[in-house]
Amino acid sequence: MRLLNVFKIATKAIVLNKTRTLLTMLGIIIGVASVIAMLAIGEGSKESIRTSISAMGSNMITIKAGADTRGGVRQEASVMESLTLSDYEAIKSQSTLISYSSPVVEGRGQVINGSNNWPSSIYGVNPEYLNIKVVGLQSGSMFTDAEVQTASKVAVIGQTVVDNVFPDGQEPVGQMIRFNNIPFKVIGVLEEKGENTFGQDQDDVVIAPYTTVQKRILAIDHLNQIMASAVNEEEAPNAVIEVSKILREQHQLTDSDTDDFTVRSMEELISTFSSTSEMLTILLVAVASISLLIGGIGIMNIMYVSVKERTKEIGLRMAVGAKGADILMQFLIEAILISITGGVLGVLLGLGSTVFIEKFLNWPTSVALYSIVISFAVCAVTGIFFGWYPARKASALDPITALRYE
Amino acid sequence: MTKEIIKIEDLKRQFTMGTETVHALRGISFDIKEGEFVTIMGSSGSGKSTMLNILGCLDQPTSGIYEIDGVSVKDLSRNELATIRNEKIGFIFQSYNLLARTSAIENVELPLLYNSKVSSEERRKRAIEALEKVGLGERLHHTPSQLSGGQQQRVAIARSLVNNPVMILADEATGNLDTRTSYEIMSLFQELNKQGITITFVTHEPDIATFSSRTIVLKDGDIMQDYKNDNIQSAANELAKLPKQDD
Repeated sequence: MRLLNVFKIATKAIVLNKTRTLLTMLGIIIGVASVIAMLAIGEGSKESIRTSISAMGSNMITIKAGADTRGGVRQEASVMESLTLSDYEAIKSQSTLISYSSPVVEGRGQVINGSNNWPSSIYGVNPEYLNIKVVGLQSGSMFTDAEVQTASKVAVIGQTVVDNVFPDGQEPVGQMIRFNNIPFKVIGVLEEKGENTFGQDQDDVVIAPYTTVQKRILAIDHLNQIMASAVNEEEAPNAVIEVSKILREQHQLTDSDTDDFTVRSMEELISTFSSTSEMLTILLVAVASISLLIGGIGIMNIMYVSVKERTKEIGLRMAVGAKGADILMQFLIEAILISITGGVLGVLLGLGSTVFIEKFLNWPTSVALYSIVISFAVCAVTGIFFGWYPARKASALDPITALRYE
Repeated sequence: MTKEIIKIEDLKRQFTMGTETVHALRGISFDIKEGEFVTIMGSSGSGKSTMLNILGCLDQPTSGIYEIDGVSVKDLSRNELATIRNEKIGFIFQSYNLLARTSAIENVELPLLYNSKVSSEERRKRAIEALEKVGLGERLHHTPSQLSGGQQQRVAIARSLVNNPVMILADEATGNLDTRTSYEIMSLFQELNKQGITITFVTHEPDIATFSSRTIVLKDGDIMQDYKNDNIQSAANELAKLPKQDD
């Protein structure tokens, strides 16, 4: 009953002093909203930077046959024929840290179209290869699994090949070319990727189903490589370990045997990726802490002052019979209501401005749940504490002192 | 024999200001009986404010006996003092001390909000009755800023009446008002006193004392005079004698 009365008093005080309530709430609203928006921008930038680095194929894993010694002579890895399609299938079915994988067979030869010819490399792969390499198509389409199954003579070619065998600007898609005298139908053109870090032209390629390349060009049934991509950069080193384990089992190696294959990840890119990520995270934490601190100080000030200026009111209430606990409860309820309402409005404003930034300023944003939880919690707790603390001091005053307070 | 509302015996109150001890009250004794209208007079520094604070249970005496309505105030906790203030005393202040932006009726209800024995219906009923008693039955929903000084003080008086106190304690209640309005307020006090309400009025204005039934004059923490007023002036008559205002 008494608590209910105090609750009524508190809500009445909030409603009657609209301006004061609004200003107090504004501090909390701005505090919460700015933290959420700042972190959303930060997280968005972080995501987009991570995506850019990932586009360089930083989660790529390459599996090659290992070097071996035959009669005392170290052999080049490519001579080994120990990597087979069943290895690829074992990795595909058993690995949990791999998102895409493709067998790779490769050969060199001459691309011919009418009177134009050009020396290039052919890669026999499956459709997932484009995902692993993170490369798209400029026109046409990639071959399908069905075309891999039937060893169709279809090919996707790079821009350098297009420039050299279609010099007069003909549309290559739908045309026939020959590679080492085997006719292929061009069904797609790759996006330009330029040179890689070793100066190799990544656009100087012909991509065809690995079955076609195995049977019709190379006449082999082993694989030169298996390429895969780990689910993400952080898991890439674990994926390497996992794939090694699968292959050791597959090749029935005992504990004393050394690996007859090599599994490598893009270590340099991964370390760039993780150090960039780490730096961005630190930056975000710094931004969030400063925003929270400033927001918190704002809330502190406004709550403190708005309670302090009501000392006289507190004196009057005590003179007519309010106990210290009643006063404290009233101000605590007021602070809780204002802080919670302000916090909720702040979250809404934060989300709203994030959408605005994304839509109209075209900034990448990503709202993190933790930013909502932390900003709301910090602002609410600060608001409640600094509503309660001066009220506690005022309620401990003599009623006369409080009444005479100016 | 009429009931004693206030019983004070050898009441002392000292303050320590730095290294000096100030004796605000130096052993005062008096009683106030039910139905009396007492003015406590004195210049500043006489101990009048200290007396008021102790009478109002806002402050505790250093030594001596203070009983209100048979309850000894000494040794009561802060919360128990709050309850006494809530149930036995009605306060009226010089500067009204109404809650801003709050209607007259809600201001009057305030003391009852801190008394859990009173239901919300009864609270509203008693607030309306109190406001009608002070002649503001038509202005229940006006806020202080919509009322004149005299009307605001009437709201404050209604607030002091609403908890049916054993005594109304007024601190310079006419100090902020012009002569005409203060006579109006004094005649309201006299009317309430006629209905049997005990009033203690602290003031430094001698003409206010002429409206009361008894005057206690304090000087330097002691009682200088304590006399019954045989010739109580009627505030209503004095009001009638004032020149008419042309408004």
